[in-house]
Amino acid sequence: MAQIELRSLTKSYKTGKVLKGVSLVAEQGEIVCVFGPSGVGKTVLLRLIAGVEELDAGAIFLEGRDVTDAPPETRGVGIAFQNFALFPHMTAFDNIGSALTAHGASASIIKAKVEKVAALLKITHVLSHLPRALSNGQKQRTALARALAADPKIVLLDDPLRNVDAKLRYEMRLELPSLLRASGATVLYVTQDYKEAMAIGDRIAVLVDGRFEQIAAPPAIYRGPASVSVARLFGDPSINLIPIKPKATKDGAVCEIGGATVSLAEIHAATPGRSLLLGLRPESLNVSDQQAPDSFPVEVMAVTPLNEKTVLLLRTHDGQEIFASEAGVENETRQPGPAFARFDATRALVFDEASGARIEGRA
Amino acid sequence: MEHTSPFERIIRGVLIAAVLLFFLFPILWIFLMSFQTNEQVLRIPPSLFFSPTTINYTSLVTGKLQTAAGSLDLAFMRNLGNSVLLSSVSVALALVLGVPAAYAFARFKFPLSEDIAFTLLSFRFAPPLLVLLPLSLYFQAIGLDDTYIGLIWVYQLIALPLILWIVRGYFEDISPDIEYAYRIAGHSWLQTFTRIAIPLARPGIAAAGLLAFIFCWNNFVFALILASADKQPVTVGALAFVTASGIQYGQIAAAIVLSVTPTLALALFAQRYLVEGLSLGAVKG
Repeated sequence: MAQIELRSLTKSYKTGKVLKGVSLVAEQGEIVCVFGPSGVGKTVLLRLIAGVEELDAGAIFLEGRDVTDAPPETRGVGIAFQNFALFPHMTAFDNIGSALTAHGASASIIKAKVEKVAALLKITHVLSHLPRALSNGQKQRTALARALAADPKIVLLDDPLRNVDAKLRYEMRLELPSLLRASGATVLYVTQDYKEAMAIGDRIAVLVDGRFEQIAAPPAIYRGPASVSVARLFGDPSINLIPIKPKATKDGAVCEIGGATVSLAEIHAATPGRSLLLGLRPESLNVSDQQAPDSFPVEVMAVTPLNEKTVLLLRTHDGQEIFASEAGVENETRQPGPAFARFDATRALVFDEASGARIEGRA
Repeated sequence: MEHTSPFERIIRGVLIAAVLLFFLFPILWIFLMSFQTNEQVLRIPPSLFFSPTTINYTSLVTGKLQTAAGSLDLAFMRNLGNSVLLSSVSVALALVLGVPAAYAFARFKFPLSEDIAFTLLSFRFAPPLLVLLPLSLYFQAIGLDDTYIGLIWVYQLIALPLILWIVRGYFEDISPDIEYAYRIAGHSWLQTFTRIAIPLARPGIAAAGLLAFIFCWNNFVFALILASADKQPVTVGALAFVTASGIQYGQIAAAIVLSVTPTLALALFAQRYLVEGLSLGAVKG
């Protein structure tokens, strides 16, 4: 039985339509990351599920029950807000216990459950503190503990790592998946950091322009984004998109990039005659001083060493700027100047220029 | 502030002293008057030096006023009791009615909500005399004339808008997410109101209640028209010192000192609360 089922949810505000038919099914124990650029309506979606905002149309089923019109206190979800939303006048213990007091649990049960979840999140030593005496990391853990304390079947997390420092964010990215999996809950995890989504989610639901553009496992999304807009959201630097118009030759399709003719024979999606976008991840570009078959001339404009990788800004002879990234910084002799770029045809993506949809190429 | 010349500092000191003198001198003078007999008060020229007497205070407390024309009964202590009763019950009622209303105006958008809230505030703009004549006629007709209940009802005109508008700002400052978090945890709307919203707005509620108490205490005209001697607060009761044989300045001064003391003590006690409460509620984060 699906734990969370959303059926074409729509929601508008005075400023315009935010959600235009969002559908999703999440199974028991699954962690689904809702990912998208900021302001796209991710938080609104969580609020609709929690019941603190009203739907315009659509239906929400939680644990198989239609809760579309149910008040928030009857939905049985655990939630952690991006701004923590701790109760400022209650200690961390009472904050975490608040999810249990509602259901008439006895003081000893509350104590046991709060202490268990606090130990899991390593905040036992601050349980008697008020929120204002907690560090940001402790606040974040307290909010998380509160969401998990009552063992909810459904947990909604709204960008819980956004307001914590980078070190803690890394630690939590490692800890969270096992913690959430141990709880056995179905989790909707909102984030606007693609790395976080890839680290934490079993599946990623990419929210673009009011709809889920793609819902798939992290590697599938990275390797096979459904559209240009999804492809652009994953990867740093983001994907290079080069407009091409393949021509048929006796050796297969070719196209012209920066004045050089490049073979597209291995890329089956590159139908001759169509206006396409060639999607090249920076790491699938190979930059060399030597000309090679199917390479095209570029000018290296800038070299940015980033410890684990070096990012190159290239300009093709027809004026397009593209990024290439090389693992490590071993090639320290890399200097701005003329060079040749070559791409790995097996990793190239092809999109329809008009619709932005990816064209499947494997014949 | 950091770069002030000695000259500027002196000027500032002189100006502050002048303002303080302007505002505090009458209070000091009243305080001194309350220890003088009528003859000493009316001396020309007035003098800061006199032999103090407590006759004014004893006559207020015992309720016997000795004048040149003979002995007169005073209801001052009863008036003081009336002031305490009227002000505290009015503020309590206004809190019971105003705090939930303030919450509704802060949290729920319903048709005409802004208009209703503004109408309630506008009761503070209208001069009380405008409504007093019709009100006293109505009160006579329905038997509320010269009753505590009638007065407390009318005092809502003073206390309710004040509490409503100050506390509303406070509720608006509470992040709705905090309340949502409590509801999603499984608590009803009412539990969220009593356990989250009210405790968090407590400084604002305290400040508004205190201010409303002071305003009720200082009110003069409602009780003057709507109540007879045994229901009147000190503000009206002080009129009794204007007697056929002259104005009892000494007793008036003593009565003022006694009637100002409770509100002054309350305000000093809660000064920090009051300033914080009023300014925090007004500024949205």
